[in-house]
Amino acid sequence: MAPILDAQGVTKRFGGLVAVNNLDFTIEEGSIASVIGPNGAGKTTFFNCITGFYTPEEGHIIFDGHEIQGLRPDQVTKRGISRTYQNIRLFSNMTALENIMVGRHPLMRHTWWDAILHTSRYHKEEEEALEEAVRLLNFVGLAGLGDQMARNLPYGAQRRLEIARALASKPKLLLLDEPTAGMNPQETTEMIHFIQHLRDELGLSILLIEHDMKVVMTISEKIAVMDFGKKIAEGKPIDIQRNPRVIEAYLGRGAASGLSENEATATATA
Amino acid sequence: MEEKRSPWKDAWLNGLLAGVIMLYFSLVGMVKTFSSREVVGALSLGHVTLLLSLGVVVYTFLRRHKQESRGTLLGQAALMGAIGGFLLGLLPLLGQWVDFRFMLVQASPELYALLRFGQNPTVGFVLLIAVSAVTSMVIALIDFLPDFWRNAVVNAFLITIVVGMLSDLFKGMTIHAIFDPFMGASGLNYIGAVVVFLLSVAYFWMGKRRGEIKAEAAKDKTEAMAKKALPRWAVAGLLVAFLLFLPLILGSYLSHVLNMVGLYVIMGLGLNIVVGYAGLLDLGYVAFFALGAYTMGVLTSTSPLGVAHMTFWEALPFAILVALTAGILLGVPVLRMRGDYLAIVTLGFGEIIRILAVSDALKPFIGGAQGILSIIKPIIKFGGRTLLEFQTPIHFYYLILVGIGIAFFVAYRLRESRLGRAWMAMREDEDVAEAMGIDLVVIKLTAFGFGASFSGLAGAIFASYVGSIFPASFNLLISINVLSLIIVGGVGSLPGVVVGSLALVGLPELLREFAEYRMLMYGLALIAMMLLKPEGFWPEPIRQRELHAGEESGD
Amino acid sequence: MVEKIQRSLERLSFVDLIVWLFGLSIVAVSVVGMIGSLGGHLYTTKEWMRVTVYGVTQGGVYALIALGYTLVYGILFMINFAHGDIFMAGAFTGYFLAAKLDQYGIYNGHPILSLSLVMLLSMFTSVVIALITERVAYRPLRRAPRLVPLITAIGASFTIEYTFRGLYGSGVEAYPELEVLAGKVSIGGIEVLKAHILVIVVSLAMMAGLYAYVQYTKAGKAMRAVAEDKDVAALMGVDVDRIIVNTFILGAALAGVAGVLYALIFKQVHFFMGFIPGIKAFTAAVLGGIGNVPGAMLGGFFLGIFEALGPGLILEGLGITSPHQLKDAIAFTLLVLVLIFRPTGILGERLSEEKV
Repeated sequence: MAPILDAQGVTKRFGGLVAVNNLDFTIEEGSIASVIGPNGAGKTTFFNCITGFYTPEEGHIIFDGHEIQGLRPDQVTKRGISRTYQNIRLFSNMTALENIMVGRHPLMRHTWWDAILHTSRYHKEEEEALEEAVRLLNFVGLAGLGDQMARNLPYGAQRRLEIARALASKPKLLLLDEPTAGMNPQETTEMIHFIQHLRDELGLSILLIEHDMKVVMTISEKIAVMDFGKKIAEGKPIDIQRNPRVIEAYLGRGAASGLSENEATATATA
Repeated sequence: MEEKRSPWKDAWLNGLLAGVIMLYFSLVGMVKTFSSREVVGALSLGHVTLLLSLGVVVYTFLRRHKQESRGTLLGQAALMGAIGGFLLGLLPLLGQWVDFRFMLVQASPELYALLRFGQNPTVGFVLLIAVSAVTSMVIALIDFLPDFWRNAVVNAFLITIVVGMLSDLFKGMTIHAIFDPFMGASGLNYIGAVVVFLLSVAYFWMGKRRGEIKAEAAKDKTEAMAKKALPRWAVAGLLVAFLLFLPLILGSYLSHVLNMVGLYVIMGLGLNIVVGYAGLLDLGYVAFFALGAYTMGVLTSTSPLGVAHMTFWEALPFAILVALTAGILLGVPVLRMRGDYLAIVTLGFGEIIRILAVSDALKPFIGGAQGILSIIKPIIKFGGRTLLEFQTPIHFYYLILVGIGIAFFVAYRLRESRLGRAWMAMREDEDVAEAMGIDLVVIKLTAFGFGASFSGLAGAIFASYVGSIFPASFNLLISINVLSLIIVGGVGSLPGVVVGSLALVGLPELLREFAEYRMLMYGLALIAMMLLKPEGFWPEPIRQRELHAGEESGD
Repeated sequence: MVEKIQRSLERLSFVDLIVWLFGLSIVAVSVVGMIGSLGGHLYTTKEWMRVTVYGVTQGGVYALIALGYTLVYGILFMINFAHGDIFMAGAFTGYFLAAKLDQYGIYNGHPILSLSLVMLLSMFTSVVIALITERVAYRPLRRAPRLVPLITAIGASFTIEYTFRGLYGSGVEAYPELEVLAGKVSIGGIEVLKAHILVIVVSLAMMAGLYAYVQYTKAGKAMRAVAEDKDVAALMGVDVDRIIVNTFILGAALAGVAGVLYALIFKQVHFFMGFIPGIKAFTAAVLGGIGNVPGAMLGGFFLGIFEALGPGLILEGLGITSPHQLKDAIAFTLLVLVLIFRPTGILGERLSEEKV
């Protein structure tokens, strides 16, 4: 099957620092893939290159048959990629429902003119948007919290809301930046099931950045490991666990850089 | 982070603080200027200013030290009052030997006499300390009341002061005879004050009773449903009827005041789109007001500067269009700027427009400092016959009311749309909004465009209303007025704009004593609002939609 | 290839195009104006030189105020809108001392002593006002969304202006003349007012002092550390609050000096005198690259010279009547141009990563 996303030789520099160095990576349609690596390895920069927040200096990013590198973020989103953030970035002074409805922005067409005159297009789209937002709210398990201000929601609910917002634009590819960060083991397990459920239910392709090895190894079909901007390994979870370069990247510097205990053990034992 | 101070030391410091604040209000001249307005009997607004300064300090102190015994608190309150009074009293005491007036122009014999209660220096000094101490103790005693009574008394007191301040308003009304028995020379007389005070307390007491009844009723849900408030259309109808008849009750002068408030409401609604919805801090907003006014002037004036001799209605679309275009054109270069740069650049833009308006370079077209005269009034004609020529403030009241209605309607409907949500998303987080597929360029320009056209509309009406325009009418202070009124009302809130305009534009128009200290009070209000009440006095209510959507799909 | 061009066109929206066209047209008009002026021989070289020296004088004052903006922005990422009024507070208060000294004949009897005293009082007042502003209006809001401190800053600006209007009155007061500084000297054939020379010398000395302070002293280094990253600096044992207070003191002291220098040039003080110089100094700070100390100095001088030459050089060449009325418009147009073509300023911004 053709890959949904095909990144070839992507390079992004900041002054002298090469944050992403000649990276190749593909994601098959309908699969769950992960990018892992130590802090500062360039994972989030890679995300930002895909979503148009940065323009890579070199390389191509082909999404769904079209090159997308260099497009603006809003243009990328309109083509079917949406994302969540490592440190949750909701619109905190808007309600949960409104947050999701903002996510639906690219699917709506009505203009200021329709809004002032309340044309039939306005009514139709607004009703659809509201229904869809309520449906997504239920889908992510936040039924009844729609009229709460986003900032007042508990942490886990905020994570879910952010995913609901990303889903509202009906993406083909969903990028999740550390979706289980700050969660306890039980919440993490729920999130794993939820992500799998997303793929199975909605047929999405999903790309994850994740630190929690348990999560990565459980749900990924393919993993790329980054270190200092370069891809040092790629393959199925089982191959990654045995790859000596990966173990070195994590454990070799793990002790020095204060890598957390359970990450290290997860890598070693999983 | 604040280190724990002992209560007595804290009382000392707060006393000094109260003294400094009272000195400040005295030396900037507020106390003396305000003393010419009597609020209740001989109690002037000047006294009230000092009283409130002391009251706020003492009150916050008491809130902070609730755990102390009442006797101690009473003593501490007295100490604070005495220190504050001492500090304030030093001014007239030393003033008899030292000429402060060389530097501090407000340190006048009149102020001294006021602070000495008209007594000789020594007696006045002692008296001030005593009065101040006793006042603080009274405040403490009020603070000891049970919660409900404390709030009722404090609020009733404030209401009495406000009513006293605004009593001229009642005198100007066509139905003033009803109020006359309660009025003094300026302000309420003592009987009036007692009546207002008791009525306010009674109102709060009734409110409390009603609340209790409601709480009981809420237990029985069906009954609560039956007791549902008036339907929305009825409320709206009453409001419209009230607004239509208002100028007939108020008379010409008060209608003029309302008209100024109304023009600010239109501008406020426009700036609210830019600042409140989209989060773009625009300080050059007056420029669009000026453009609207000047376009109206140039197109309709019958003076030599008039070029087109259009009617008001023909020129109005052009005025709005010019402002709109300018709004978008200004928006273009500032699109990529950081928020705080935007503030300065728009400020600069407002100044450029003003500088151009007074300059000799453009004098042949827009009259330079002499402005444009003889701008014509709107006329409604039908079949060749003049039905109505807008002449008096009362006529213009209706024109402005229509303008507000349109602006309100547009602003409300925009907010409830994809565009409105996109604006708010951008206000919350620009990067994320863009990642949600929102084209920032388009929505920023639409925000600027709508904001500018509202302002242009206000400017056009203003030009026709006053009949002649001068560059001096379009200074930066207007931008700041509009910004302040949105912030006081509540950023992003439509009713907040109305409340803010009434408070910040209506009050100074009514109380000429305020006019001189208008900008000072706006400045203080901006700081105080951001520190204490950033959501404003009338924030937009959160819309409940999830439940509503459920009902809809359930039907 | 076609797709690549198409894509870059798609990203480069027509808005960027318009912005550039807008900017370029202003530049083109300016060039036409310059050709007109220079070609028409409206002024002699000597006259141009004289105007330039005047520009440098004003530029020195702008630079001193601009430093206050840049220092605070570098640390708090906030435009201290009230800075222009802090400058006013110093100059206005200093006036009263000068007037009193003049009344007793000390002002002209001991000019150096008097001027130093006036400057000290001016600096002191500016510092006090800046500290009150920081403590009351800025510190409690340090973690608030960015719009919030900006609005309080605007509020603070108006509060200070109208407080001083209330305290000192709304009239324009004439600064007493210093006889020593009256008259001109000729430098290389150009007549320069003595007062202007003093202004240039003092402002350069202050700038050199500030640069040395920031660059070489321990306190200056701590200040730079806080500008780089507040949290890390705090971890390293730097008292961030103290440093911020120091920054305000430093900026306000420079503004106080600038106030007296400004009064020496224009010989009058007024409660609203801080507004326009404030915006212009901010322009200078942006021009040089905000957060960048040498940039603010350079930007100040650049703006001063540009503004002095602009009306004669550009506007008069275009045949505009009374071009000097439009002097302020030139400064603001320059600000817009800089923000279009080089938003990071001449020397580049010095801001830490978290903000940019």
